[in-house]
Amino acid sequence: MVKCGLEIHQQLATKKLFCDCDSELSDEVLYRFERVLRPTQSELGEIDRAALEESLKHRRFIYEVTPNSCLVEADEEPPHELNREALEIALKIALMLNAQILDEIHVMRKIVIDGSNTSGFQRTALIAVNGYLETSFGRIGIPTICLEEEAARKIEEDDDKVVYRLDRLGIPLVEISTSPDMKSGEEVREVAARIGYILRATKKVRRGVGTIRQDINISIGEGRVEIKGASRLNMIPKWVNNEIERQKMLRDIARILQDRDAKVEEKIYDLTDIFENTESRIIKNTLKRGGKILGIKLIGFQGVLKNGNLRLGKELAENVRVLGVKGLFHGDELPAYGISEEEVEKIIRRLELGPNDSFVIIGEKEEKVRIALQKVIDRAKKALIGVPDETRAPKDDGSTVYLRPLPGGARMYPETDIPPIRISEEYIEKLKKELPPLPDERLEELVSMGINREIGWQLIRDGMDDVFEELCTKYGHPTVVARALINGCEGIDYNRIFQYFSEGRFSKEAIDEIVMRACNGEKVEDIVRKFSEKVDIDQVIDEIMKEKMELVKERGMHAFKPLMGLAMQKLRGKVDGRIVSEKLRKRLEEIVNQESK
Amino acid sequence: MEIEPGDYVEVKSKKGVFRGVLMPKHEFSGERIIILKLDNGYNIGIIPESIKLIKKGERKEKKRMMKNFREELPTISVIGTGGTIASYVDYKTGAVHPALTAEELVFSIPEIEEKANIRASILFNVLSEDMRPEYWTRLARKVKNELAKSEGVVIPHGTDTMSYTSAALSFMFPKLSGPVVLVGAQRSSDRPSSDAYMNLLAAIRVAKSELGEVVVTMHATTSDDYCHIHRGTRVRKMHTSRRDAFKSINSKPLGEVRGENIVFYDEFKGKDEETELMDKMDRKVIFIYYYPGLDEEKFESMLEGMNGAIIMGTGLGHVGNHLIISLRNFIRDGGIVGMTSQCLYGRVNLNVYSTGRSLKKIGVIPLEDMLPEVAYVKLMWLLGNYDREEAAVLLPKNLRGEISSRRMITW
Repeated sequence: MVKCGLEIHQQLATKKLFCDCDSELSDEVLYRFERVLRPTQSELGEIDRAALEESLKHRRFIYEVTPNSCLVEADEEPPHELNREALEIALKIALMLNAQILDEIHVMRKIVIDGSNTSGFQRTALIAVNGYLETSFGRIGIPTICLEEEAARKIEEDDDKVVYRLDRLGIPLVEISTSPDMKSGEEVREVAARIGYILRATKKVRRGVGTIRQDINISIGEGRVEIKGASRLNMIPKWVNNEIERQKMLRDIARILQDRDAKVEEKIYDLTDIFENTESRIIKNTLKRGGKILGIKLIGFQGVLKNGNLRLGKELAENVRVLGVKGLFHGDELPAYGISEEEVEKIIRRLELGPNDSFVIIGEKEEKVRIALQKVIDRAKKALIGVPDETRAPKDDGSTVYLRPLPGGARMYPETDIPPIRISEEYIEKLKKELPPLPDERLEELVSMGINREIGWQLIRDGMDDVFEELCTKYGHPTVVARALINGCEGIDYNRIFQYFSEGRFSKEAIDEIVMRACNGEKVEDIVRKFSEKVDIDQVIDEIMKEKMELVKERGMHAFKPLMGLAMQKLRGKVDGRIVSEKLRKRLEEIVNQESK
Repeated sequence: MEIEPGDYVEVKSKKGVFRGVLMPKHEFSGERIIILKLDNGYNIGIIPESIKLIKKGERKEKKRMMKNFREELPTISVIGTGGTIASYVDYKTGAVHPALTAEELVFSIPEIEEKANIRASILFNVLSEDMRPEYWTRLARKVKNELAKSEGVVIPHGTDTMSYTSAALSFMFPKLSGPVVLVGAQRSSDRPSSDAYMNLLAAIRVAKSELGEVVVTMHATTSDDYCHIHRGTRVRKMHTSRRDAFKSINSKPLGEVRGENIVFYDEFKGKDEETELMDKMDRKVIFIYYYPGLDEEKFESMLEGMNGAIIMGTGLGHVGNHLIISLRNFIRDGGIVGMTSQCLYGRVNLNVYSTGRSLKKIGVIPLEDMLPEVAYVKLMWLLGNYDREEAAVLLPKNLRGEISSRRMITW
């Protein structure tokens, strides 16, 4: 049984959640400081000395202070009270998702010691429960809706330190989790799209890259995989469906392995000597750099590593790639990559492999190979059982790639610096009256103003429906306005463009070009002024014709293109290109017809 | 059976049925609200219609801390007094508790075991703002006892009044056989970002040094890079919340601790053969902040019955001329009046303006660049241990590094 669930994180367009800083990203770094985070005793129970040391080794965090971060983000001042505007938006979202708002909201600290929060925890509050969403596939449960603070932005990372920027830390984030009720990628996409519409309907969510993030949980009944950051709606079906196939493949492999009574041996063999005179360039290079070729035995794994749909070898390779190890080869793919049949024979004899057995070899510096092979052993053992729990990253080709094991449940304890917030029934009733229309209702409103459904959806999806309504009411021309908004971009002065248009300063055909040039940064006034300048198009065209008569005689109507180029050189920005084109074509036709007579 | 916090319960409410651990009531919570910790870790507040017990909560068992004595390591005493550095959150109930034993505090930082053999004890458990002069005396006696058995003493202390305590201990110990190091935290030690760890490790390092003074060891910057060692009579909390809130005023810090490296910037007093304690305090000293609007009546009622007064004057050390008669009468009747400045930075000087000259003339003692709080503690201590004449002579004299004759432009 396939089960998919969604977790959506949406940034809100308000000030930060626990201080008075703006929720904008910034490239202006004012100051840097450095911190260490350590697991507290209560986190680990009894602190294991070795584990502590390990955890501290890679925990030097550099924080970049931006103009929109204050002492709160620097963990140098207690949080202020929870931002009420952000809370109100989150509550409205909860109500639009038919959820029950809790009587009193308590802010928690969720322990996160990867440095992404200066405090070592993320502040988060559960604000509503038991919601649902109607879709064309049926009703989807929304068990929890949380309001939390966004983490700091990771700028760079190397072996001993991570650099974070504080501009993003503290931006309010609404987290919506669905039940694992979805069964296909198409269904997940619809739910993600619908929740997206509801979020944008509030008009108070941040827009642009990284302001909304979707994580998808997928399980075919054994194991659970989270696809982290699956933010492109149109890719969701591919990612989900490919992942379902991958999990089915792993289940099939597990059955085969169980039938064969397959085993993974812990022993690591040194096979370097077999490759003394190898022709394989990759292996030669490894040896030249002082690397070794080590291998392990995979008893009963022959034919599941790379054989038709069965691709366990790829899984093993992905697991070591996160360690920076690329040279992994397995029995199903060799001989290849310059490794000869003879060398493979030697490996088989050395490892005493039977017909159903296979092997993995890795070439690298010895210390690194041993760590990598240990990871291969662990992963291969999990293959005997089925689908391992893991976090995967989405790729552009619709597949996903191994990222890390699935994190365990985070520990939470109360944020004692912030008083609880009572939410009264009266307040909830008031909010209910202020809810924006749901996307379906909104669509009907837009259609009634004179555009078709498809364009209506596009406006809603782009969050331009309010601007559309305003312009349409003032200036009419619904289809022209809609087209301009959909082709245009945020932040240009549509009002002015349509004001000039309604004054008859330019033709309808000019709007595309005006919008495009406004998006490229030109001032609307300047563009429109040039468009309105009186120029005698006919005279310009006549002049060109006279000048280029030779060309016209020689090429007839084929002279249109070069002539158009010349005409636009003189008229660009003053007259709409389409009008120039029309007039030029007409004139050219006249001349060509005359000539042929 | 009665339902109490810690029990696992099922609650029916208008908003649905919830299961979770019943939490103690929050002091700012609504009237009919109960708090539940759900299985997903979140706390929620709900108005219950009914509550059903599913499972009684389990009593926590206390773990004994094991420690091994190691011959090659020095012995350091740790005396718990309370404050942020010693508080932790009970993750089950969410309540903030003081660390119950100094061991609990110290051994939450396993590194410490490798640095020293620790003699840990709790003397009292008060919030810094609840400290009182008689606690300083109790603490000083405990320090003396501990110094007989260890090479140095570390005192975790709330930060709000830590500099009063450090000043009091400084005066009470004319001789010290080992360092006395006060240390605090601006972020509680239950947080991964707490400054307690670095501060405490640095304090242990200072306690193992050759120092024979009372000092405060705290973060030098907002980064977790190094700690400053401040002289107990020079230090002041200068920010409500930052890690680097503690600054040496009118002096450089004594030194710094960076990991295991300790550096002293200047000369310091070394250890004495033995520890000498003068622990009496005269409580009849008043500490007055002068401000425009402080009239004779209020002023006199504050001075009433006092043996001494420390005034935080304006600028170079002034009070309004209308108070000069009251002061003259107080001094004539045997009171000692010391003048410090609200500016904190810089030296008072009663020669520059006529008001200053008038104050000097009636016997107000200018206290150089001494911090006001330090002057207040010092006068209590002087009047507790010396007669009036001696106290008046010693008040403006440098005894424990609290006064300097030079102030540099680079500090």
